[in-house]
Amino acid sequence: MKLVKHAKSVALALAIGLSSSHSFAADQTLLNSSYDIARELFASYNEHFASVWKEKTGKTVEVRQSHGGSSRQAQAIIEGLRADVVTYNQVTDVDILHTRGKLIPADWRDQLPNASSPYYSTMAYLVRKGNPKGVSNWDDLARDDVSSVFPNPKTSGNGRYTYLAAYGYAQKAFEGDEAKADEFVKTFLSRVAVFDTGGRGATTTFVERGIGDVLITFESEVNNIIAEFPDHGFEVVVPKVSFLAEFPVAVVERHATRNGNLELAKAYLDELYSEDAQRLLAGFNYRVHNEVVQAEFADQFPAVELLTIEEIAGSWDDAMSIHFANGAKLDQLQRR
Amino acid sequence: MSLAIASSLPQSPGKRVLPGFALSMGISLLFISLVLLLPITGLIVQTAGMTWQEYWFVVSDPRVVASYKVTLWAALIASLFNGVVGLLLAWVLVRYEFPGKRIVDALMDLPFALPTAVAGITLSALFAQNGWYGSMLAELGIQVAYTPVGIIVAMSFTSLPFVVRTVQPVLEDLAPEDEEAGITMGGTDWTVFRRIIFPSLWPGLLTGIALSFTRSLGEFGAIIFIAGNMPYISEVTSLMIFVRLQEYDYAGASAIASVVLMASLVLLFLINIWQAHYLRRIHGR
Repeated sequence: MKLVKHAKSVALALAIGLSSSHSFAADQTLLNSSYDIARELFASYNEHFASVWKEKTGKTVEVRQSHGGSSRQAQAIIEGLRADVVTYNQVTDVDILHTRGKLIPADWRDQLPNASSPYYSTMAYLVRKGNPKGVSNWDDLARDDVSSVFPNPKTSGNGRYTYLAAYGYAQKAFEGDEAKADEFVKTFLSRVAVFDTGGRGATTTFVERGIGDVLITFESEVNNIIAEFPDHGFEVVVPKVSFLAEFPVAVVERHATRNGNLELAKAYLDELYSEDAQRLLAGFNYRVHNEVVQAEFADQFPAVELLTIEEIAGSWDDAMSIHFANGAKLDQLQRR
Repeated sequence: MSLAIASSLPQSPGKRVLPGFALSMGISLLFISLVLLLPITGLIVQTAGMTWQEYWFVVSDPRVVASYKVTLWAALIASLFNGVVGLLLAWVLVRYEFPGKRIVDALMDLPFALPTAVAGITLSALFAQNGWYGSMLAELGIQVAYTPVGIIVAMSFTSLPFVVRTVQPVLEDLAPEDEEAGITMGGTDWTVFRRIIFPSLWPGLLTGIALSFTRSLGEFGAIIFIAGNMPYISEVTSLMIFVRLQEYDYAGASAIASVVLMASLVLLFLINIWQAHYLRRIHGR
């Protein structure tokens, strides 16, 4: 079994090694295991970090990236991929590194500011030109003349956030009446036209196939899609209430120590909180915590009431067991 | 070379013509064990942690059961469709000469060569309401993409070569004398086909259909892009397995996978047994 694991990590390391574009001889190398849609973001940040690190220590650093669905990425690390840091889009995928592999401490959320989430986003709507269905909030998505597209909450973090956002809205709208909230979310789920397995698939379905009136995804993605397809005249709608989607980061201490990269790995994540880096992140349509940068980008990010996972379900563990586990609420609401 | 040496050696009874039987048998067995049996053992080990009740709970979940039905029906229709179309294609490729025949023959393998995800994306682009086929079908009121029909399309696309490639060699080997005899004895074309050609083709065709069917049961990449994946309507079993994996529920995933594996194995065994019977009957052995 060990042999299998080893072979797997070698294969993965090879795949990553081959995909890294420049392989000049750097003094230090760092492996960042990240989520699918963060390629451009980290390509840009790595350049920034390399210059900061060079200035500070005089050493050159090459950051290698590995991207994929973040659940799959976490599995790879548990199975032996020796990544130094993780930068994911789901708290649960970082958590699993503690619960399954004991690779990070239990209190990893307290190691860095803002619960180890240097930037965040929320679930927003992409609507067709002129917003013909007049969609502005979650209750519009339960109307029988509106059909929406978002990825399957069972297979995608993106989809889970959307589900939680709708549920959080319903809890507030019906003042905690669980039966009414359930009924609302059930209707909301029944208006979905297609359940793709991932965020990019849902985007293709909405943009290229012309299915649905509303695509629900991260606000950052919504803005990227609008920029990518200017001819379609898509518009962004940020609902009044939505979900705080955190992008947690952590040093995989066990691996970073073994790789002799602990200090470098910590610096890499710390730098994400610097003003320059936060500006860079905001440029990629992510919301950030730095107040100076917030003020600069105020126009781009409309005010929205963000509900945390604690407010909606207590904790991520509870959310998983109450809503997403087998036979739990989501399954019940999709039952017919 | 080795053949020449082997045949020049004095043959003792029980000795085989080709040397190295022990070695090649050993390699075959090792390969079968490592590549085929070990993963299956792994699957069983993964599920071994579950009690029977847990196993039953996972595999009899209503949503999973709905996915079995969708998958089985779609695979059945797709493989039968492939049986008809595949036979026709094989027939044309073997019996007729036409310009571009070699290209068409090579194209037959395209579904195997193409990554299934690419196939899925391409098919959904074609069959979506704004796609080339989809827009025409929409005028007739038929929707293919994002319905169970889309699943059938994806399955039959990815598994068509199985039928063509199993029927082709049988057709090529068919002796023209049998047909000629049939015709000279006054048989109509239909009788000749029904009584002479089809009985010889039938075992190969059935193997092709069965392979196409079992391949469809496990298809994932091509389907998820065109199915729409609506719970209870267009979710396939391989998606249910994928969902369990996403939840780090390896035991649950293996449990559902074991059901698919068992269904495929039983089907393939039955076909093999039936074929042996059939061949014995028509060859009179």
